[in-house]
Amino acid sequence: MFPELNNLLNTTPDQTEQGKLTLLCDAKTDGSFLVHHFLSFYLKANCKVCFVALIQSFSHYNIVGQKLGVSLTTARECGQLVFLEGLKSAVDVFFRPQEEPHPLQFLREANSGNLQPLYEFVQEALKPMDSGEAAWRCPVLLVDDLSVLLSLGVGAVAVLDFIHYCRATVCREWKGNVVALVHDSGDAEDEENDILLNGLGHQSHLILRAEGLATGFCKDVHGQLRILWRRPSEPTAQRDRSLTYQYKIQDKNVSFFAKGMSPAVL
Amino acid sequence: MAAAATCSTGTRSTGSVVAAASRNSVTSFQRRGPRASGTDSGCSRLVSIAGTRPSVRNGQLLVSTGLPALDQLLGGGLAVGTVLLIEEDKYNIYSPLLFKYFLAEGIVTGHTLLVASAKEDPADILQELPAPLLDDNCKKECDEDIYNHKTESNIKMKIAWRYQLLPKMEARPVSSSRFGHYYDVSKRIPQELIEASKWHGFFLPEKISSTLNLEPCSLSHSYIKLLQFIQNIIYEEGFDGSNPQKKQKNILRIGIQNLGSPLWGDDICWTENCDSNHSLTKFLYMLRGLLRSSLSACIITVPTHLIQNKAIIARVTNLSDTVVGLESFIGSEKETNPLYKDYHGLIHIRQIPQLNNLIYDVSDVKDLAFKLKRKLFTIEHWGLHIRPI
Repeated sequence: MFPELNNLLNTTPDQTEQGKLTLLCDAKTDGSFLVHHFLSFYLKANCKVCFVALIQSFSHYNIVGQKLGVSLTTARECGQLVFLEGLKSAVDVFFRPQEEPHPLQFLREANSGNLQPLYEFVQEALKPMDSGEAAWRCPVLLVDDLSVLLSLGVGAVAVLDFIHYCRATVCREWKGNVVALVHDSGDAEDEENDILLNGLGHQSHLILRAEGLATGFCKDVHGQLRILWRRPSEPTAQRDRSLTYQYKIQDKNVSFFAKGMSPAVL
Repeated sequence: MAAAATCSTGTRSTGSVVAAASRNSVTSFQRRGPRASGTDSGCSRLVSIAGTRPSVRNGQLLVSTGLPALDQLLGGGLAVGTVLLIEEDKYNIYSPLLFKYFLAEGIVTGHTLLVASAKEDPADILQELPAPLLDDNCKKECDEDIYNHKTESNIKMKIAWRYQLLPKMEARPVSSSRFGHYYDVSKRIPQELIEASKWHGFFLPEKISSTLNLEPCSLSHSYIKLLQFIQNIIYEEGFDGSNPQKKQKNILRIGIQNLGSPLWGDDICWTENCDSNHSLTKFLYMLRGLLRSSLSACIITVPTHLIQNKAIIARVTNLSDTVVGLESFIGSEKETNPLYKDYHGLIHIRQIPQLNNLIYDVSDVKDLAFKLKRKLFTIEHWGLHIRPI
């Protein structure tokens, strides 16, 4: 959790908004620092988190989480975090056929794939306890990242359906949040990815877009973050609020500053 | 190094930074330091695997790519558990050289090799590996090459004199270095070194004849066979920690040549809208899954200049950890450009993985060129280089 980003987004772990879809995207740079931020933010906010981590191993997130002040192993052991490690599960489901449907069942299928087993996994992980006593504040689904599902043969429409179902259950019914990362392929003409990005962009309440600098590589400013607040359900005459900041990633923190105001330049 | 070797006794405490995988007791992602601990594998044993060293930045275990200059550009070496993607140059002249350096380094350090190719028999590939330069001759051989280079560049630059102070990329070979060796490409590797090494070959025409009994999925048959072969080796030889009585841990170096070319049954190089659109990306994902849970490092060469669909190139890049592109000058207008007259091509470090770390780590140096001299493959800055302030 980066305190400066919390200030920019006007949130603290004590008062999180509920029922929101946040879209993270990155173009020409690596936006995974945003995933680490939201993971540690929601764990600190005492929410129940289901993390579908398709692209890196558990230890990677754990080590970065330690730097940001949360322990994923403890969270997993006490039930606050349900972690689906995509890479390990993919090897399991591919080489050792499973009896019951596995969340990554689509890897064994020939056509464009169906994410229903994955949705059922999320549903099972985040459903509120029947005991009536709320141990955690609200359920949160975090996905890193959705673009890799397209590389694995799932169609863009199937991914949009999956997010739609998750939103209906997690955001509407259980008043939780959904956060997902999508890569923006830019000029690589990836039509499926563009469909996914545009479709999610219209449904999100908050879009955080990390971009590389237009002028190229710089050692002191790693990129630019665009924050866009939206109200997708209300047709508005007002403009959506947007802010742009530049950032530099350090070992345990990310510092944000207004454009052109990098401490290295001043 | 001694600090890295100590292990704390409390393994499952909150201070433990190592993920305790349930079945597989070994992951390659270990943090260096007194708090690092493994479940049954002692971290002291991990550090002492021949030919590896921990990264100074994140404690990640690194192996050498066979080219010390490339190791330096990649931040110390190639991380165990990751994939190094080499984007082939147009006529596939220089990328097999990097492939061979990687394998030769494996033989010299005693790692196990797994060589997969659809074009050449792995036994033939191994015969053509460059000979390692042993400490006593290597200084002499490299001095000879560097001296020839220095006499050309000794002419003092009168106007742009500040650029003389820029460091050259090629480092002198450090005597008795266990990490990273120098090779003489004009000589073949001695036969006894090959025979003493442990290697497995996957030659596609031999393996593809048997029928498969897997249900159809969007991976092509060759890729499925290759994945099964790799997974078999990893499991049987205990690279994923499934054989805990194995005394000495070792690294598996996997090399796959010309992945994505039509010889592997993939049609992404012929046409833009292909049927097996997802075959290569799915393969890379499964390969990543296998590597992350085992002590192995992989080099793959892909003819990306032939891939018609730009989206696939972007996806392949995203699914690989380290990406290095080679651009040779042969046949292009750059061949006659006086700026490039000393070099054979450009080398682009397109992506470096960001493992166990927040820091966005991109190599500082952007303009790199390579040259294949008689005995050495060297990487240098080229031309005038304006540094950002």
